[in-house]
Amino acid sequence: MTEEIIIAGFGGQGVLSMGKILAYSGVMANQEVTWFPSYGPEMRGGTANVTVILSDDRISSPIINEFDTAIILNQQSMDKFESMVKPGGVLIYDPNGIIHSPKRTDINIYKIEGTLIAAELGNVKTFNMVVLGAYLKAKPVVKMESVEKGLEKSLPSRHHYMIPMNLEAVQKGYESLELVQVV
Amino acid sequence: MGELRLMKGNEVIAEAAIRCGCDGYFGYPITPQSEVMETLMDREPWNETGMVVLQAESEIASIHMVYGAAASGKKVLTSSSSPGISLMAEGISYIAGAELPCLIVNVQRGGPGLGTIQPSQADYFQSTKGGGHGDYRLIVLAPSSVQEMNDFVELGFKLAFKYRNPAMILSDGAIGQMMEKVVLADYIPRMTTEEIDKKYGSWATNGKKVNRQKNVITSLEMDSLKMEVNNQRLQAKYAKMEEEEVLFEEIQCEDAEYILVAFGSSSRVCQKSVDIAREKGIKLGLLRPITLFPFPKKPIAALAKRVKGFLVVEMNAGQMVEDVQLAVGCGLPVKHYGRMGGIIPTPSEVVDALEQKLIGG
Repeated sequence: MTEEIIIAGFGGQGVLSMGKILAYSGVMANQEVTWFPSYGPEMRGGTANVTVILSDDRISSPIINEFDTAIILNQQSMDKFESMVKPGGVLIYDPNGIIHSPKRTDINIYKIEGTLIAAELGNVKTFNMVVLGAYLKAKPVVKMESVEKGLEKSLPSRHHYMIPMNLEAVQKGYESLELVQVV
Repeated sequence: MGELRLMKGNEVIAEAAIRCGCDGYFGYPITPQSEVMETLMDREPWNETGMVVLQAESEIASIHMVYGAAASGKKVLTSSSSPGISLMAEGISYIAGAELPCLIVNVQRGGPGLGTIQPSQADYFQSTKGGGHGDYRLIVLAPSSVQEMNDFVELGFKLAFKYRNPAMILSDGAIGQMMEKVVLADYIPRMTTEEIDKKYGSWATNGKKVNRQKNVITSLEMDSLKMEVNNQRLQAKYAKMEEEEVLFEEIQCEDAEYILVAFGSSSRVCQKSVDIAREKGIKLGLLRPITLFPFPKKPIAALAKRVKGFLVVEMNAGQMVEDVQLAVGCGLPVKHYGRMGGIIPTPSEVVDALEQKLIGG
């Protein structure tokens, strides 16, 4: 198994940390992983993206130009990355902030109301975990127990009290993925 | 087995330095390597192993602090990115001339000048051919993964002390900023004053003892005849490195008709290019130099006897390609494919270049 993912959105949405938690979940499941961020002069409000690769084998290039899955969280990222999903691949997006819906007809498309759900959960910062949950429903590349271990490893221990809240968000996202188009 | 973590390449340099019993780090922040010192400051190793971590006032000050500490037999390192390494070049030449061991980490960014903060491999010439003045060489290690960022800290120090010569880890922004799984090394205790004296007392300026001559650390020799002897000693040392310390990796070269040569992050891209090319029926292999000096001339010359051509893939305008051409000699095509300014080539782009420049041409 090799899964090549791009997660793209605004800085501040938790794009990089979502990627890190996913990567750490892969480590906990004994997979090979790479996490490669855009590290330009981006800041809160600018665009941010990260490429995560999970694999059972040695990972060659951490830099790739087509993806098995794109998780898209703003319009700029939709414009840039929709065309880079492999035919038959997966695109997941949060419709909040998306003006032009994806147009590809050769990929599987899902929606997750991450912004809304995070607000309903009472903590907008759990947005990225809602989206992570939705992704794991579409692509069960790691088990939920690995995600829990991944959270433990990637969060400093002073933040461990927030793990149950985060897992709740992951679970809620997992249950809330909406299918738009299947090929 | 050591502890398993998910870490950035830059963070690992710091962790590996602490764990391998390093005595000191002197540096100055610059993107994309600032996490080295950030991690060290966060870890506070002075409380744990007694390692000194100091943010100097400039890169020039950092490298001369390294010079001073290395002169006393201490295991010390600095890190920077391309423009900062240029500032250090004078000091590096002095350290090489004075024959002192130390480790320098260059997390390259695009140049020239301030350039860009994105990854590049345009400091190949600077690292392998000099950088500073005079006939000197660095031992240059090119990691292609976060695990190798970890492993090459200890290896770099080992070679630096073996040859009393500065060693460099030539990384780039991609490997510095990327997170991968890494197995950390176990702790090696720092050497005590007595141990340093016993091992390096013949040269280190760590306090003159009554029963020995004073040690003098200098790169200066006003008598040209003696200075030539000094140079000959350096050259003999570099020749020994070329005999004994060459490291490289061959991937799918056994039946290959064409060979990619790439180091560091571009070698990772090329690994995927090999897979793509083989799916197309092109018998492609990859030779990855791990030591850039000493350069793997012999393995390249050996491949040149049985392949049809080489494509050297670098994130620069064509630097290592000259060393590959020298190793191959005449008769076989050696082409270059490069991206500059902070752009990393994609795997399929490399295959396209191979088809255009070698197979089609």
